[in-house]
This record gives sequence, C-alpha cells and structure tokens, in this order.
Amino acid sequence: MPSISQGSNATAARLAPQMRMNEPRSMAAEKEAPVRFQISDLNFFYGPKQAVFGLNLNIPKNKVTALIGPSGCGKSTFLRTLNRMNEIIRNTRVEGEILLDGQEIHSMDVVSLRRRVGMVFQRPNPFPKSIFENVAYGLRINGYKGRLDDLVESSLHRAALWDEVKDYLHKSAFALSGGQQQRLCIARALAVNPEVLLLDEPCSALDPVTTAKIEELLFHLKDSCTMAIVTHNMQQAARASDFTAFMLDGKLIEHSETSKLFTTPADPRTEAYITGRFG
Amino acid sequence: MERHFERDLEELKQRLLWMGSLAERAVHQAIHAVLDAEEHLAETVLIEEDAINEIQIEIDDRVLRLLALQQPMAADLRFLLAVSRINGDLERIGDQAVNIAQSATRIMRHPQVKPYVDLPRMSELAEGMVRDSLNALVRGDIELAHSVLQRDDQVDRLRDQLFRELLTYMMENSAVVFSAFELVLVAKNIERIGDHATNIAEDVIYFVAGRDVRHPALDRR
Repeated sequence: MPSISQGSNATAARLAPQMRMNEPRSMAAEKEAPVRFQISDLNFFYGPKQAVFGLNLNIPKNKVTALIGPSGCGKSTFLRTLNRMNEIIRNTRVEGEILLDGQEIHSMDVVSLRRRVGMVFQRPNPFPKSIFENVAYGLRINGYKGRLDDLVESSLHRAALWDEVKDYLHKSAFALSGGQQQRLCIARALAVNPEVLLLDEPCSALDPVTTAKIEELLFHLKDSCTMAIVTHNMQQAARASDFTAFMLDGKLIEHSETSKLFTTPADPRTEAYITGRFG
Repeated sequence: MERHFERDLEELKQRLLWMGSLAERAVHQAIHAVLDAEEHLAETVLIEEDAINEIQIEIDDRVLRLLALQQPMAADLRFLLAVSRINGDLERIGDQAVNIAQSATRIMRHPQVKPYVDLPRMSELAEGMVRDSLNALVRGDIELAHSVLQRDDQVDRLRDQLFRELLTYMMENSAVVFSAFELVLVAKNIERIGDHATNIAEDVIYFVAGRDVRHPALDRR
C-alpha cells in the first residue's frame, strides 16, 4: 500500500489546525459585527466631474475591508473621503453622510479626525528624518507628554519592524528598504493609536516577501484597528480582507464577505472583473 | 483578444469530455458483456481502463497547473474545482465498468439465471444519467443536472427490486447462487455509477450557479 510521505504528513498536520480555525462563521454573526464607518448616499465631485455616485456602505469594526475595481473607478477617491484627505484638493465637493462611530465626520475637527483615521499611501513616504523621529513626529505635534521611547518601540513592534531597526533607530529612514520604509509609515500611523487605518495600495511597490509581511501585519492589527485597503491585486484582497467591495464607474456594485465575493459573486460585472474578462 | 487561460480552460473541458466518453463506452460495453454474454466486450473494457486512468492523471496535472499559475477566481475557480471532482467520479465509473466486466466473464461460465428485464432498464437509466450529467456540463444546463439527481431514486428502486428477485432465485435453487450473486454485484456497480453521475450533476450545479446542493439536509450557514 502506498504510504504518504513524511513531508505530506507534516504539511497536513501544519494545515489541519489552521483549517479548523478558518471554518466559515455564520453569515448572521458577520452581519452583526459592530459598524465603524456608516456611509450613506455619498457623492463626490472633482469640479463638475462626479467621481463617486450614491455610495452606501458599512465598514465593520476590527475587520479588513478591501476596495477593488478598475483604475479610475473611484475607490481611492472614496477611501480619501473617509479622513477628508480630498479636502486638500481644490474645487472638490462631497455630498452625503459619513458617520464614524455614529458621528458625522464633516462636523468634526479635521485634525482629530485624521488622528483617529490614519492613512498609508502607495509609495512609502518617510520624512527626511531618523527612524525614531519618523515614528515620534505625530506624537510630538499632538503634544504627547509620555515616554516617547516606549511608544516608538511599541509602534515599531506593532508594525513588525522593531527587530530589524532596533539598533539603528537614529539612522535616516531613507537607509531602509522599500518594504521597511512602508512598515515605518505604518508604524508612524499607528503611533497616534488610530481607530481606523486606510491603506491605498500599500504593497504595489513591494516584493512578495515584504507584501506577505504587510498582509500578516494587517491580520494582527485587526485586534486594535479597523482597516480599509485599496488594492489592484485580487489575490491580496482575497488573502488579506474579511469583506470586499467592488466599485465600477464610481458606483458600488457589490459588497460582501470576501470568501463569497471571490467564489460566488452575485453580480455579473463583479464576476467579469475578478476573472479578468474586463477592466 | 482571447486569453490563453480561456484556451487552457476549453482544452481542459474537452479532455474531461473525452474521458467522459471513454467512461460511458466502458460502462456500455461492460453491461452488454453481461446482457449479451459477449466475452470480447469484457476484454475490451479491461484493456481500455488504462486510457481512463492516464487521462485522470493528465487532467489532475492540468488543474493543478492552472490553479498555481492563473490563481483563478469565481466561475473559473468553481469550474476547476468541479473538473477536479468530476475527474475522480469518471475514473470511479471506469472502475465500476471494470468490476462489471469481470463479473460478466464469471457469469458466462454458468447458465443464465433468469431473463434480463430490470438489468437493461437499470443500466439504460444509469448510462443516461452519466451522459446527461456530462451534457449538462457542456451546456451549463442546471435543469438537466437536476433531472439527473431526480433519476437516482429510480435506479435505487430497481436495484432493490433486483436484489429481492435474485434472493428468491437463490433460495429456490442453490445451483444458481454463484451467477445470482454475481448479478447482485453487477446491480450494485450500476447503482454506484448512478451515484457518480449524481455527483457530477451536483458539481455542474455548483459550477454554474455557485450553489452546493450536496446533502440538502445539512443546515448550511
């Protein structure tokens, strides 16, 4: 009788507990997850050009929500409405309601909003300062009075970067690799303890190993943070998110659990996009 | 512009259908080896089994390669999963045909127990189920797939009827026990072919509609 090789057994043993952990949970339980962002009838305009049309979406707390769609579909624009980053672009206009924990974000102080809703961009953008100062910067300008060392260290730990930089904290951030710089930017965002982290294609300039580290990081950050990630990488959306929203021409076409959207999408346009038949 | 991935999927489907036609032919020949006492048909089934086994491995390789290299999603992913399962079912159908062919060669050494009435009906039903489950795959036809599921009960009823009848023959005349017992095995194998056709039909429904219709009594959350 043929026997399974030891390697296969070891692999099966390694996978088995994970499989049990990943057993699908009830849809009802997912739907009951508390909502962090509640977006209703959102329209967004660049001058006369409308980029987002009547968007309604709930972003659940302590989950990763992926935003996918072809270039120019409005997903990055939508992401930036969540911490009012679009306001730095002239001649833009937003309509509709965005509630963060039940509070309308347009009536909030924009600085405190952005402290609660951090952002990481496509290309790592560290400040021309040391690694330490990059992480401490947000804390200093927010008048943090505690021990900076402790918070810098814990932020670097949370961004899975501490072990790689602990002996070089006062070196320039530019000396780091691209993947390390991106994790530094995540540490910088985490330092002010945001409730939400918005990530706009954070891995598009990174190699697969670094990408895997960032995705693992997102998984662990879910304990303390709600995340929304824009990505062009279908596999990344499938691997890293709990919910996925598909946008097309500024409209939300479909939003469901990631495991459902990538196996049995409800809308033929979602099906066509994720199978690479358009877009 | 047609993507090479779509060409690969189409090729895979054609190979699976070719395997299906080999399995169908094996079943047909094996059953007629029993019904018509044709030894050469039984021999053909045994010889052609290798072809089905080889194509099973080829299809598995193709599926694995497409999963690894193309990382398919949605309908493409469901299609590959369905092909992988159907591949296993077709190979098992080939095995059942071999079992029937082997029974046929043993039955031929003895006088016929009884006129064959239910056996041809049962085998026509099972062969039709295999054929229609594959047609449902080709056309993406869910209704046809559902009709295959509904026919499974008829095959099971005919098997039970045959079992009862053969048992009576065996009790009445111990000289026919050997042949009657072989016919019981043949009926059991035909019934299993119907079960595999049912599995294929369920996979077609999953591929086309994304609905898992296996084990309907289970509460799917």
